Amino acid sequence: MKTLTYIFAILILSVSFVSCSDDDENVPVEVNPVEGLTMIYEIEATDHTVQIYSEKQNLEVGYNEISIRVKDLASDKFLSNATPTWMPMMHMETMQHAAPHSMLQNTEEPTVYKGHIVFQMASNNTEYWELTLNYTMNGEAKEEALRVTVAQPVDGLKKTQVFTGSDDVRYILAYVNPKEPKVAVNDFQAVLYKMETMMDFPMVENYKITVDPRMPGMGNHSSPNNEDLTYNAATKTYDGKLSLTMTGYWRINLKLLNTNGEVLKGEDVTEANPESSLYFELEF
Amino acid sequence: MKAFISVFPFKGMLMGSLLVAMVCGTLVSPLYAQEIPADSLKLINLNEVIVISTAKQLDHQKQRKPLSTLDEFLESSRSIKMVKRGAYAWEPTMNDMASERLAVTIDGMQIFGACTDKMDPITSYVDVSNLSEAEIGSGQQGAAFGNSIGGGINLKLDKSNFKPTGWTGSLESAFESNNAMRVFGGELNYSDEKFYLNTDAIYRKADNYSAGGDEEVKFSQFEKYNFSVNSGFKLTEDKSVSATLIYDEATDVGYPALTMDVSLARAVIGSVSFNQDTLFGNFSNWESKLYYNTIKHTMDDTKRPDVPIHMDMPGWSETAGFYTQANFNKEKNHFFFKLDGFYNKSYAEMTMYPTNSNEPLMFMLTWPDVRTKDVGFYGEDHIQFKKASLKLSTRLAYHSNTVADDFGLNSLKIFYPEMEKTNTRFLKSFSAQYHNMWHDFHLNGGISYGERAPSVSEGYGFYLFNSFDNHDYIGDPGLKTESSADANISITFKKPIFEITASANYFRVFNYIIGVVDNSLSTMTIGAEGVKIYTNLEYAQLFNTSLSGRYSISNAFKWTGQISYHRGVDNDGENLPLISPLSYRSAIDFYKNQYSASLSVDGAGEQSNYNPTYGETKTAAYATLSASFGKRFFLNDNDLFVKTGIENILDTHYSSYTDWNNIPRMGRNFYLTISYSIN
Repeated sequence: MKTLTYIFAILILSVSFVSCSDDDENVPVEVNPVEGLTMIYEIEATDHTVQIYSEKQNLEVGYNEISIRVKDLASDKFLSNATPTWMPMMHMETMQHAAPHSMLQNTEEPTVYKGHIVFQMASNNTEYWELTLNYTMNGEAKEEALRVTVAQPVDGLKKTQVFTGSDDVRYILAYVNPKEPKVAVNDFQAVLYKMETMMDFPMVENYKITVDPRMPGMGNHSSPNNEDLTYNAATKTYDGKLSLTMTGYWRINLKLLNTNGEVLKGEDVTEANPESSLYFELEF
Repeated sequence: MKAFISVFPFKGMLMGSLLVAMVCGTLVSPLYAQEIPADSLKLINLNEVIVISTAKQLDHQKQRKPLSTLDEFLESSRSIKMVKRGAYAWEPTMNDMASERLAVTIDGMQIFGACTDKMDPITSYVDVSNLSEAEIGSGQQGAAFGNSIGGGINLKLDKSNFKPTGWTGSLESAFESNNAMRVFGGELNYSDEKFYLNTDAIYRKADNYSAGGDEEVKFSQFEKYNFSVNSGFKLTEDKSVSATLIYDEATDVGYPALTMDVSLARAVIGSVSFNQDTLFGNFSNWESKLYYNTIKHTMDDTKRPDVPIHMDMPGWSETAGFYTQANFNKEKNHFFFKLDGFYNKSYAEMTMYPTNSNEPLMFMLTWPDVRTKDVGFYGEDHIQFKKASLKLSTRLAYHSNTVADDFGLNSLKIFYPEMEKTNTRFLKSFSAQYHNMWHDFHLNGGISYGERAPSVSEGYGFYLFNSFDNHDYIGDPGLKTESSADANISITFKKPIFEITASANYFRVFNYIIGVVDNSLSTMTIGAEGVKIYTNLEYAQLFNTSLSGRYSISNAFKWTGQISYHRGVDNDGENLPLISPLSYRSAIDFYKNQYSASLSVDGAGEQSNYNPTYGETKTAAYATLSASFGKRFFLNDNDLFVKTGIENILDTHYSSYTDWNNIPRMGRNFYLTISYSIN
């Protein structure tokens, strides 16, 4: 009987123990707003620093998602009213041009400003990219310029297409998602810009990009239930679905159609024509 | 290799146990103890029993080819035809229905092949050295073994069962000329009234065989060995425990009809049983078994020339299960109850090696770790009347499939975005079989209804290539349960020296599952013609009829003959695949003074009802002639038995409707079997 009492006591104790630890878990843990990102550049000014983050280890040709935050050294706090703007500029030997980019916007985290840049080309010893940042700190306008290195993607896969459409307009189409493709129906996302002038790359709205993923190594095997990329006004991206039936090398054949349904670039994949001239490449 | 975590569906089984307890409870309460002895009746009424055991001296001699493969034994049955993809691992079909529509068990144990391309029917994981007989039940007569449409086959293991024989042993060897098959086997047994131990081993190795006209059939070699141990121990006079372990391994198996061979097919099959003569006073022959088996199957194309793309296709299948069964007799009623359950994990993957070695490997799950749970209750009542009997039986089962692997689930969701992870069914089977005797006439007739769940391939297969119709197959997790209503009748006229039986059965199979071409889909396999999706047809009809006879010409000479006709059509009247044309066999057997001999003819008419949609072509008529001769010698107390024979004497070049891609069958073949048994 005595042992039973002990067991009972231990049981009750352990139950209360468990409940205690449950309570502990409810204490909120501070979330790092730049968790999982790499700080690729830090500009050190006299009274503040500007930090530039990317998901990748460095900037690459193609679509780059970039996060920026500005730290006031006096208060040791990140600014949530910096209202930054940016301009990427390629300085070539004879000329210069900009790159398609989004606005920098606050995220859920008020101190982190996020946007993207589609670099059309890599930098080298004589030709370089310069990123100019304008922002305000304590009501004072600031400007910083930074030379950045833009490399070709290591995997060598085509994920950005710069081309002239049948309407004689120069377009830039860049792959955004899926970043980690799966054997599944993936959410497919791309951005489309056109070049109005060397400095002005507006977003193209309401076009359509057809999607036909193929495996050239498997007799041009394709997959069902893909959805063409259509413009999403909320995210300002082209969204669709990409079905991948197995891992390996995929060539995503594309066709760009304007609002009237006229083909501006790309061809249908047929027996005679195994690939489109407009495409992305994937490996996983 | 994917590691499996054993999770047993306790909840489902518990519910099943409760159900059976309730059912039994209601039946048991008003009944009294019975006087009928336990073994007086064989309660599973079967259509056919094929004797296989090699060690049962007398039966042994009556077999035309004692050490032939199990496949050949099964093919000698009246009701079974074997689909062949090579010289090894034939797939049994009954009433023109194959694996997915049959319940095939080994000593009551559910086992499922691990190959997505049906290269390893479970009959390939045992050998004749293990078995005493094959119990065959057509249609719902096979429901005691599991849910089925076409029927059930139970391969019974050979056990000494406490017979007081002491030490016995035997050595066997065989040689076949055509493919230089060498067979070596042996067994060693001890049995007394308290304890028995049976051990046996067999090894087979064969080279490529040659079809008629000396045409070598490349990639038709095989090599396999099999060990088994059976043991039993009597706890008390009426209680015993027994255990079984089988290890079977085949390596280097060629499949000339397919694009790939097999480098390894391995099964480990084990069970423990508890037997008690009576239960609660009223029940008899109470037997309970727990079992587990695991299969690994590895396909291999490295020896094939000109493969467009090299691929690895390993598969695993693991099953754990149980059953508990007992008889119960009350006056004219002979009840048999069985509660069974199993849990199976089927997982198969495919890795393809791109020609451009810089590209990453191409990987897919062809069986997405499908977990199948099944708990069933089987009950039958065999009612004896004066000159007639009626057997009523039912099987009620809970069956569920779950896709446990997320990679696989996401793969299938490409085709079925709305699919659920788990699919649950309740499967039912009912049957009534009537037998009446009137002078020398026996009349057998029955009607039944049965259901089955789709197989793993039919429900969840992902780009499974079928080399017969040259299509990739994709499963459909939303398939409806297939059900069948069938009727059978047979009339036998029986005299001591003469017997003739005419029988027929008809199946109307609703929601018949078969692959249907989907032109919108792109093939995966290089060179495939298209993609088929497993689909429910509204219905299909199958009709099988046969006439068989036996005549004892004299004490020594006996004639047997059989002719059968089959027909299978879908709801549009189109032919179903793999339906037998008119076929026949006839034999004269001689047996006297320890001499035995036989002469037999086997043949089939032209296959006029074929369907090119399923890759079939018209198979020509053929006939083959075979003969055997045997002699038994007594050496002291021991037995020496020698049997020799010729198959396909005329070296006919032929293939039957069961030959995958019409690969030709074996040409002339001489065989010699020597068995020496120590008593």
